Amino acid sequence: MPISAEFEYVKPKDMDEALHVFSLYREKARALAGGTDLLVHLKEGLAKPEVLVDLKALEDLGVFKLKGDILRLGALVTFTELIESPVVKSKFPVLWEAALTVASTGVRNRATLAGNICSAVPSADSAPALAVYEAEVLVRGLRGERRIPIENWFTGPKKTALQPDEIVAAVEIKVPAKKHGGCYMKLSRYEGEDLAQGGIAVLAFSDNTYRVAACALGPKPARCPATEAVLAGSKLGPKVLAQAKDAILTELSPISDIRSTKEYRLHMAQIMLGRALESAVARLFGKGARYGAENIC
Amino acid sequence: MKNHNIQFKLNGETVSLSVQPNDVLLDVLRNRLGIKSPKVGCDRGDCGTCTVLMNGRTVRSCLALAVEADGAEVVTLEGANTTRKWTQKLQAKFHEKNAFQCGFCAPGVILSATELLEKNPKASAHDIKEAIAGNLCRCTGYEPIVEAIEETVKGK
Repeated sequence: MPISAEFEYVKPKDMDEALHVFSLYREKARALAGGTDLLVHLKEGLAKPEVLVDLKALEDLGVFKLKGDILRLGALVTFTELIESPVVKSKFPVLWEAALTVASTGVRNRATLAGNICSAVPSADSAPALAVYEAEVLVRGLRGERRIPIENWFTGPKKTALQPDEIVAAVEIKVPAKKHGGCYMKLSRYEGEDLAQGGIAVLAFSDNTYRVAACALGPKPARCPATEAVLAGSKLGPKVLAQAKDAILTELSPISDIRSTKEYRLHMAQIMLGRALESAVARLFGKGARYGAENIC
Repeated sequence: MKNHNIQFKLNGETVSLSVQPNDVLLDVLRNRLGIKSPKVGCDRGDCGTCTVLMNGRTVRSCLALAVEADGAEVVTLEGANTTRKWTQKLQAKFHEKNAFQCGFCAPGVILSATELLEKNPKASAHDIKEAIAGNLCRCTGYEPIVEAIEETVKGK
């Protein structure tokens, strides 16, 4: 199907040139990286830009580099690159596990991590993983660079803290200092490609602290601080797990849509929380399923 | 809209043409370059029947602008058939096992399987299912497709 919207296409050679276009066109410019969301929006008339700015000639945005314990993922890094990276698999296994659940190979070969968080749909699979690793989003504008903690990145369904004259340069994640195990548990209608009905990421640390984050269970992907507070300081057992399952209901607000009802999502969120915590703790002690093996609830 | 002159390798041959910014790669391949193996299915990246190899990776040609192909190497089933090691072996096995019925999904499935075996010639049944998860087949229930790829791996 042809795209009926009309727009210009530019492919800047350097960052300054790109930023000038955004500063001039603002909301009327759209960044193009993998295009797997943007083209659908163009075809359906949901995006009506005057100019598309193809970022793929900007070499800085292709960076994929571990420096010390900080991994910098440029805005052009695709989900396939994440999956094929031994660094991501060994040091950020929850992100790796989440990346495996995104769409299908032919989409992951083009779709970028940065694009996923810029689309900012409530069901973004990468978001809970980035949340538990406490990622930072590096954005660039003509005025300079800003670092936005992932906690403050999502501002609502399909809304982010990115200003119209800015672009995402990279996402940075830091290897947690304490020994930990993790899990991304995704609920979908069938294996293979589907959007999440719900997703929960967990990191369990050796000092009995935990990080929990969710997607598709509220208007935006988010950490679950009340659940974390209930769990903190306790070894995972039936009593604290029951309390955590009560706590998570207080901080989720899913909707009913074509993929699931609100009630089913809430019911399954509790089950997924339990399974994700058990899996993360087992992995912490080197006993759990290998990463990527059981990531579908 | 300002037209763009693009040049890319299509199945080994250099093609040059002028495209509009909103031309979709799939439409240009089918309607202007006579390449009919990639099909128009869902047209939104879900069904995989428009799959082509771009710089060695399967991509949804319905979700790529033609202008993005500038400088790239695009291979469709028409070209993979003679240039990729696994494609003919897969085709022979699909044929032998009568693995498709209507064949609408076949070009996409074969290219996805080609990419998988190029990366991982010892792919397991799980790897195979994962690799073709984005290629929807409405006829076969997938079993003969998965079996054909498994047997290609085993060199039966």
